[in-house]
Amino acid sequence: MAAPILTIAGLELAIAGTPVLRGIDMQIAPGTVHALVGESGSGKSMTALTVLRLLPNGAHAAGTVRLGEEDLLAAGEARMCALRGDRVAMVFQEPMTALNPVKTIGEQVAEGIRWHTGAGRADAEARAARMLDRVGLPPAKFPLDRYPHELSGGQRQRVVIAIACALAPRLLIADEPTTALDVVLQAQILDLLGELVAEDQMALMLISHDLGVVAGRADQITILREGAVQEAGNALEVLRAQRHPYTRQLAEASAHRPAWHNRAAPAGQRALLEARNIVREYPGQRAGLFSPARPLRAVDDVSFVVPAGRSVGLVGRSGCGKSTLARIVLALDRPTSGTVAFDGMRTTGLGDRDLRAARRKMQVVFQDPYGSFDPRQTVERLIAEPLHLEPRPLARAERRDRVESALREVGMPAEAMRRYPHEFSGGQRQRLAIARAIITRPRLVVCDEPVSALDVSTRAQILDLFARLNDELGLAYLFITHDLSVARAITHEVMVMQAGRIVERGATADVLDSPHSDAAQRLVAAAPDLNRAIERRVRSGAPYLPLEGRSEKQAKRN
Amino acid sequence: MLAYTARRLLIVLVTLLCASAVVFFVLEIVPGDPARLMLGLNASDAAVQALREQMGLNEPVLIRYFAWLGGMARGDFGTSLTYSVPVIELIGERVMVSVPLALIALVMSTAIAIPLGIFTAARRGRPADTAAMAGAQLGIAIPNFWFALLLVWVFAITLQWLPAGGFPGWSDGLWPGLSALLLPAVALALPQAAILTRITRSALIETLAEDYVRTARAKGLPARVVLWRHALRNALIPVLTILGLQFAFLLAGTIIIENVFYLPGLGRLVFQAIGQRDLIVVEGVVVLLVATVVFVNFLVDLAYGWADPRLRRR
Repeated sequence: MAAPILTIAGLELAIAGTPVLRGIDMQIAPGTVHALVGESGSGKSMTALTVLRLLPNGAHAAGTVRLGEEDLLAAGEARMCALRGDRVAMVFQEPMTALNPVKTIGEQVAEGIRWHTGAGRADAEARAARMLDRVGLPPAKFPLDRYPHELSGGQRQRVVIAIACALAPRLLIADEPTTALDVVLQAQILDLLGELVAEDQMALMLISHDLGVVAGRADQITILREGAVQEAGNALEVLRAQRHPYTRQLAEASAHRPAWHNRAAPAGQRALLEARNIVREYPGQRAGLFSPARPLRAVDDVSFVVPAGRSVGLVGRSGCGKSTLARIVLALDRPTSGTVAFDGMRTTGLGDRDLRAARRKMQVVFQDPYGSFDPRQTVERLIAEPLHLEPRPLARAERRDRVESALREVGMPAEAMRRYPHEFSGGQRQRLAIARAIITRPRLVVCDEPVSALDVSTRAQILDLFARLNDELGLAYLFITHDLSVARAITHEVMVMQAGRIVERGATADVLDSPHSDAAQRLVAAAPDLNRAIERRVRSGAPYLPLEGRSEKQAKRN
Repeated sequence: MLAYTARRLLIVLVTLLCASAVVFFVLEIVPGDPARLMLGLNASDAAVQALREQMGLNEPVLIRYFAWLGGMARGDFGTSLTYSVPVIELIGERVMVSVPLALIALVMSTAIAIPLGIFTAARRGRPADTAAMAGAQLGIAIPNFWFALLLVWVFAITLQWLPAGGFPGWSDGLWPGLSALLLPAVALALPQAAILTRITRSALIETLAEDYVRTARAKGLPARVVLWRHALRNALIPVLTILGLQFAFLLAGTIIIENVFYLPGLGRLVFQAIGQRDLIVVEGVVVLLVATVVFVNFLVDLAYGWADPRLRRR
């Protein structure tokens, strides 16, 4: 093995006196990918920020962190500024906020080049253009004077990667670089990182909560829990053997299938929710001040049925119209044409007053467990909120009883009532969101990516909860997700959506095992799957998982 | 940006039209006969009739509205009843005091607040920040007339550097006029600066916590450079909003300071006109102020567009 680019030995980190990392050891060689895996709060990001020395105030690190021969923990701030962006660079999780909204992408990529090399503006911009071309944003299609808001999430993440790789750093740290992206974009971005690492002989620290995501790409792997290394070594060996119980636990969580009695239950005949020929158009971008806009069709002639007590998945890439459709089903948005009927009653076009009965029986759980609660209200008030939909006002004691039983149903203690949302973890907050959704004893819960923001261990628990609520309460779900493993875990049937249309539908296992449409095939191929990735790597004997696109490219290059 | 500007301009025109209608019709709805209101309760019916005829109050409402609009477009705001001079002349004299006063105060408050806001945001939580924020709190809490009296006592009476009040006009050159406006401008600027400092500081602290600031730090830029290059422009939007509001206030909300320094400004004009029931003057000044506020907001909108490319499309 070549001399390592990054050496971490006995790294201890405390923030305001609380230990966060306990004795981390890790080495990354040039041209290799080292995965750092653990659930949220395990210290993955803190390890990365220690290497960059961008820790929050009050943090104290001890031990060894060396970049090549240089001791990073002993380096002064001026020296670190010289190293950051030049020798060690970082790609962050959230591409929507990682770029400065008021600066063009050209400026932002060129800035680091100018800062570190002293290159002139024109020179730096030429290099920025070449770098953007390398990450798949050719200047002919994506001029340097574009602003971040003019790009999609996947394109923005490419810009962030271009910023990080502009000066061919020796070490690249990618902290959950694809967690906010859909599976197809995820595969593309991971391929891109793999190529850049191989071409520039960088060392890549790839941080993820999901073994399935790193399984296909990592050479080495370190598994963290509560700030300590659980298991480390050759990625393929570690993932195949799964010797350490925690590794097994993470692997199980990655492809978790809840014990779900109703999974095999036959479909009932009665339609609970019925959508017919739904179309939703938005006014498009106007070409000029007075020229009329061409409408954008977000949902294009969609019809479907959710039978009572069934779980129906709606899968597709980001921007395919899933969430718009969900809003229409919930009567939060009106379709341009088409109708929605709930429990035999047409809901389209009804006013708020007439919708109360339907709303009581039809609740929602959103993706973001942080953003969907008012931080200044107690959990009791937040969960009791939908009770105003009840036909008669409830007495105080009765409200409290209902909140308590809803909390019990989602596995939370009754004393949670008096607390505030910020006192709970992401997974607990999602339980609270589910408690709020079931307090009116609904028949249907619309779930819009309810587990996408959670790490795999928490995700598994929440999926178990959804399965149990379906078994016990007979809840029907419209389950919106871009993640096929989630669809496999918790749906009876799936609909695959693309560009506003439903292009394929059927029983979940049938669609996911033998997809027919292009869109479904692409989703299935891109979905991270731990066991499949290991199998492929064992069969090919290759250090990387040779994805179709990638091997062709390499063949051309060789 | 051109389409953005054109759209904003269109909004300005529509707003002005609506505002003028509101001003006109509110005075129309106000109970009582404006002519009688102006002449007082003891006026004879004949005098009231004569004034109604003179003011054109016997014409239909819409005709009078458009005549009034047309007059203003030609610069004819009517004739003041108490002074018997064209309103436009009265306003013209006062504007020569109020506009320079507002501008000087605004420049002063901005020149103090923005650097101080940046300074405190960069040192948040440290002693310098705490001290500056305590000072800002004081600046907001102290009434500006009291501060004005203090300034007069120190700079006009004790040191005798600047006049204590009155306004000599601009005919004797720049300095006599300017020196009369300096103390009132300082008295006006300080509370505004205190507010603006706090806004700048909190907006900047908020942007410094954004992800793109971390991205810029990961590029290797030192914290100070990141603040200037990345955080500042993003923090400007709320600052611009407050600046626009402050100018509008400084132009007409300065009656107390004008009284302390005995300045013939717009605030005093409108104050006196209300006292004398000189509705024609009130109408004229109000329309002028509305137009100014709308215009300043237009400039603020343009500045938004400059500061944030995402807004240019709307």
